[in-house]
Amino acid sequence: MKYTILVYENESDFSARTDGARKDAYWGAYKTYTQALTEAGVMAGGAALQPPPTATTVRQRNGKRQVQDGPFAETKEQLGGYYVVDVPNLDKALEWAARCPAAANGAVEVRPNLSM
Amino acid sequence: MNHAAAELAARASYGKLVAYLATWSRDVAAAEDALGDAFLEAVDTWPRTGVPGKPEAWLLTVARRRLVDRKRHAKVEDVAAAALRLVMDRAEQKASDKDIFPDERLKLLFVCAHPAIDEAARTPLMLQTVLGLDAARIASAFLVAPATIGQRLVRVKAKIRDAGIVFEVPGRDELPSRLESVLEAIYAAYGSGWEDVAGADPRRQGLAEEAIWLGRLVARLLPDEPEAEGVVALMLHCEARREARRDADGGYVPLDMQDVARWSRPMLEEAEARLSAASKAKKPGRFQLEAAIQSVHARRAVTGRTDWEAIALLYEGLIRLAPTIGSRVGHAAALAEARDAEAGLEALGAIPPEVIDAYQPYWALSAHLLKRLGRQAEATAAYSRAIGLCEEPAVRRFLARQSSAAP
Repeated sequence: MKYTILVYENESDFSARTDGARKDAYWGAYKTYTQALTEAGVMAGGAALQPPPTATTVRQRNGKRQVQDGPFAETKEQLGGYYVVDVPNLDKALEWAARCPAAANGAVEVRPNLSM
Repeated sequence: MNHAAAELAARASYGKLVAYLATWSRDVAAAEDALGDAFLEAVDTWPRTGVPGKPEAWLLTVARRRLVDRKRHAKVEDVAAAALRLVMDRAEQKASDKDIFPDERLKLLFVCAHPAIDEAARTPLMLQTVLGLDAARIASAFLVAPATIGQRLVRVKAKIRDAGIVFEVPGRDELPSRLESVLEAIYAAYGSGWEDVAGADPRRQGLAEEAIWLGRLVARLLPDEPEAEGVVALMLHCEARREARRDADGGYVPLDMQDVARWSRPMLEEAEARLSAASKAKKPGRFQLEAAIQSVHARRAVTGRTDWEAIALLYEGLIRLAPTIGSRVGHAAALAEARDAEAGLEALGAIPPEVIDAYQPYWALSAHLLKRLGRQAEATAAYSRAIGLCEEPAVRRFLARQSSAAP
């Protein structure tokens, strides 16, 4: 069964991506996590996203289009990327989610994929 | 009495009441609901009338009435309800006479760990029925969705009632294997991975105190069973090192690098006393062996060194009783220290590959031993596998440092 692990990061984690002193630890943690998922044979897809300021939000309301700079919602934690894992059940998906580096500072949301 | 102690005292009372009501009604869920109603009624009445002289007896009376009413509603034959009332009346008398009623918690524990109960549900069931922990707290400790835990517990309680699982302490023939399931479920509440010297950290969080409390309870209620003492000794040994596992900056400190002065002396003493009492029964078992392994580690506080040869031997015995991946990795680590890294790697190589995919301590130990042998490229790959499987940032940082440090 496929689950998506949504990775919500806080501002400090986003800035760690390019911070000279912290970026090696940041990328190292994600690289090893991705590798562990791959080698365990559960990785089914995913992507890392550019930081929230690069987001553009689009809405259609009453036939009018609204385009806005920035993410859909202003919250402390923002979507930083996602993984799709193929595992037998939710328990296993949560096990992998807990290992995601963002679980320690931000939050990680797990949802079963809708099969279409 | 500190807050945690007060909470556990309240839980002791809760567990006794649930165990008593469940044993007589043979329906855990109904017993819990009835007691829940009684608590609600207490919250409602006590502020007006004052707390009764014997609060437990008061709660028992109200819960009993609810249980009997419910049985009626459920259209159970009147005879059964009448019988139940009789039994409850006797219990109530006992309760008000001596302020005590029979402690049926042991029976309840055996029901929770009954072979007919799904293994994954046993520990959560114990924590909820005997300690009254809520699903959210259990879910966090076990890394399971709260809704899932809730459903599992409902299902399993229905099974206990519908399958007519007997509330009793098993007879002598059955006792050892049934007790093992009870102790395993208690230990599962405590955690796992402690024996892995190469970089493991507990997966379960926050239930250590509860698990030790349950272990002590079983040891007290079954004084002739040394494995119960064994599991308590094991948990106390591990718990004694809690402080020492982090340095001043919150960094992870593996067992062989811990400052022995930071180990809790009282816990180690209690662990040793229990283990030596257990050994007098001359009935060795899995938990006594595991406690003995931790006891050898603890001796470093006195001798300044670790007797790895003894640890390797104890692991050999443990693997014969319980060939878990944890004991096999622990054995490999001990062999590597007692003999050489090659011996450790060889033992790791004998572990079936299908169980190591997501087992972090295996990769951490592999990495450590490969590095010692100068097999740098393989070591780096194993380190990154171990780091990727970490949950704790402190352990992640520790392994990253090990990986980049010179051999």
